[in-house]
Amino acid sequence: MLASIWAWLIAPEQWSGSRGIPNRVLEHLGYSALALAIGAAIAVPLGLWVGHSGRAQWIVTATNAARAVPSLGLLFAVAMFVGPRISSDLAYVIPSLVVLVLLAIPPLVSGAYAGVRAVDPAVRDAAYGMGMRPREVLWQVEVPCALPLVLSGARAATLQVIATATIAAAVSLGGLGRYLIDGLAVRDYPQMAGGAVVVASLALAVDLGWALLTRYAVSPGLTGRSRPVRGGKQPPVRGVGRHEAPATSSRVLPTGSEST
Amino acid sequence: MTWVWEHLGDIGGYAVSHALLAGIPLVVGLLLALPLGWVARRYPPIASVVVGGSSLLYTIPSLALFILMPLVLGSKILDAINVYVAMTIYTVALLVRTVADALGAVPDATRQAATAMGYRGFGRLVAVDLPLAVPVLAAGLRVAAVSNVSIVSVASLIGYPQLGYYLTDGYQRSFPLEIGVGIVGCLLLALLFDGAIRAGEWALTPWARAGR
Amino acid sequence: MIRFEGVTKRYAGGSAAVDDLTLTAPTGQITVLVGPSGCGKTTTLRMVNRMIAPTSGTITLDSRDTAALDAAELRRGIGYVIQHAGLFPHRTIVDNVATVPRLLGWDTRRARDRAMEVLDRVGLDSTYARRYPAQLSGGQQQRVGVARALAADPPVLLMDEPFSAVDPVVREQLQADLLRLQGDLAKTILFVTHDIDEAITLGDQIAVLRVGGRLAQVDPPERLLANPVDDFVADFVGRDRGYRALGFQAPPRVALAAEPTVALGASPQQARAATADAWLLVVDDAGMPVGWVQPAHLTTAIGPEHLHRGGTVARQDSPPRAYLDAALSSPSGRGVIVAADGRLAGTVTAGEVVAALPHGIPESLATQGDSTREAPRA
Repeated sequence: MLASIWAWLIAPEQWSGSRGIPNRVLEHLGYSALALAIGAAIAVPLGLWVGHSGRAQWIVTATNAARAVPSLGLLFAVAMFVGPRISSDLAYVIPSLVVLVLLAIPPLVSGAYAGVRAVDPAVRDAAYGMGMRPREVLWQVEVPCALPLVLSGARAATLQVIATATIAAAVSLGGLGRYLIDGLAVRDYPQMAGGAVVVASLALAVDLGWALLTRYAVSPGLTGRSRPVRGGKQPPVRGVGRHEAPATSSRVLPTGSEST
Repeated sequence: MTWVWEHLGDIGGYAVSHALLAGIPLVVGLLLALPLGWVARRYPPIASVVVGGSSLLYTIPSLALFILMPLVLGSKILDAINVYVAMTIYTVALLVRTVADALGAVPDATRQAATAMGYRGFGRLVAVDLPLAVPVLAAGLRVAAVSNVSIVSVASLIGYPQLGYYLTDGYQRSFPLEIGVGIVGCLLLALLFDGAIRAGEWALTPWARAGR
Repeated sequence: MIRFEGVTKRYAGGSAAVDDLTLTAPTGQITVLVGPSGCGKTTTLRMVNRMIAPTSGTITLDSRDTAALDAAELRRGIGYVIQHAGLFPHRTIVDNVATVPRLLGWDTRRARDRAMEVLDRVGLDSTYARRYPAQLSGGQQQRVGVARALAADPPVLLMDEPFSAVDPVVREQLQADLLRLQGDLAKTILFVTHDIDEAITLGDQIAVLRVGGRLAQVDPPERLLANPVDDFVADFVGRDRGYRALGFQAPPRVALAAEPTVALGASPQQARAATADAWLLVVDDAGMPVGWVQPAHLTTAIGPEHLHRGGTVARQDSPPRAYLDAALSSPSGRGVIVAADGRLAGTVTAGEVVAALPHGIPESLATQGDSTREAPRA
């Protein structure tokens, strides 16, 4: 069985033309990236705003609840309603893209919201107290501090989108899901499994990419990678000596020397 | 709507198999995640391997995992075991991190007091740590439950009988009501799981209720 | 100089957090706002830099009405230190400290150089610069917070319970360092605390506030201790007022007794020859006292392990409180007094110190001045 899958994977037809693996990978990545970009453009500012202003928190709860909707159902429903209204070739792409964007939004909102909330109130207070204007506080303080959680949300959204794009082949979207769906239709196991291997690898590779991006974009001060250097190697702090009497006021009242 | 009443029996049947396909992995996954999460907390170097490894598995798209299961298990493509194992893998992947966090949420002071009173490792785990970890565990379990219900519906693409059947069938027959039944069925099932877990949490944490 | 005139802050529901406050914080001095929870001290502080807007009344900074200035500009000219430092976790220490200079438009190099200078002033050496706040202890973070407030050299500092979140030993160090800094820099500081001892240690002038935001008394610490205006203030200042007042008087006029000493490393015979008393003072090579020994119990040459270190040491120019503590804590009953360079100057007994104390409270402190409204002109 493994042998036939491998044979399918390395066969030359798989590597050329519009049905070839490279093309499908590009399609898959393309749809995913587009959906993520649109979703992020909507969700991240929204999440940042709700977190920053503290208003309309129902938006976050609602988007989290919306995750319960089965993605396959959403795909079929949107395809059935929207598909017939579009007459061009895009009839197959638009419904799926809409669903992909919808599914990308909850994790992105959640991540942006959690990220802004996670900013220590003392830090925000200090930032305003030092004379930063709201815009400066947002970009110089809140966003960098929110970044770990925002990126984590983006990573989760990517996962969701790539997985759903795979299934979207069932509503005629291109991409790597085609191998799985077409293979299922004709019971061609090597094709199904080969496609599954490729899409799994793609998902892993993209996730790795996010992991690397997070490592480099997030300040080391936030990740806890820079561990406290307690005990031993601490540079000395110059302060008061040890044997002096407890610190009392150094101001002396001139009248103390009078005796009445 | 009459269609729904006519097919209530079938719908019920599919709902039950959906519940099993989503629920059994939930329980099994939890049971597997508990020791794994405990190990991850206890031995931090292993933690990154365990947690990292499981999050890698979670990254694999569900359809791909269902399809690849026969390779790993030696089963046939239409065997339900594929779905059970794949769902369990997803559940474990989600819950390992939750268990590690949940055990970490037990206040240090409490844990040390228990040890000082004479509780030994496993006894303390069962009598002190786990009960106190229930709230965090329950939260993670609810996320996993909803996720599971949604993912199981994907299995209809391969042909496993569950509520997702109404999604694919409805699409093929251009029958929107049927798709609606599938979606609503999943939502209701997710709500049911959520409620059951919340009830379990309520029952297991009498101290949280005692409050006032 | 910070001036409050009839400042009130009322919240919806009618309760006043600050009620008709009129107070002057003189230039170059530390004014401490102290009081129980709910007395409005933090609210008052935060009205100076407009983090909170007063309901009525005016606050002026060197005769400029704070309400008329742009809030961000105002704040860039005021140093702000808060309880948990609020350091930016995503920036290095040096970049944290350089924040306000950068906001003011300084170029990065100049801002960082200045940051390194200020860090040095607060007692943190250059190895801290590239670290992140998460790597520092609470006390170190507070020092960075103070450095950050001082970086742009503002004339005014607002400090909101900055030392409350650290342990007592560190707190004492931070207080001492603040006084040392103030000696060099002479900023106008408004300091909020709930700890009356901290207020007495640090304040040139202390404003005691009641719950509900009314000013109860504003006076220098020695007058506050000597003459609380009513029961509330008396209770708040607490017991031990007499002892605490000893910390504010001039060094007592006592004759210091010459004390026989022996050097570290001396033999038991030398020790027994030096004195007939049960206790003998040991000094090091430089003539600095290091501890007491009991010659009768020595069997080998005097080493660090034999030293009794219980007694505190008072400098000659310190207040009677230090002298008394040195005498009371010394195992021999004789308090060790040292000169400014740390060398032994002599010893004194507790009785001698007490005998040298003035009787009663000086006239200037005992009479009731108008200490509930304007602070006395510095």
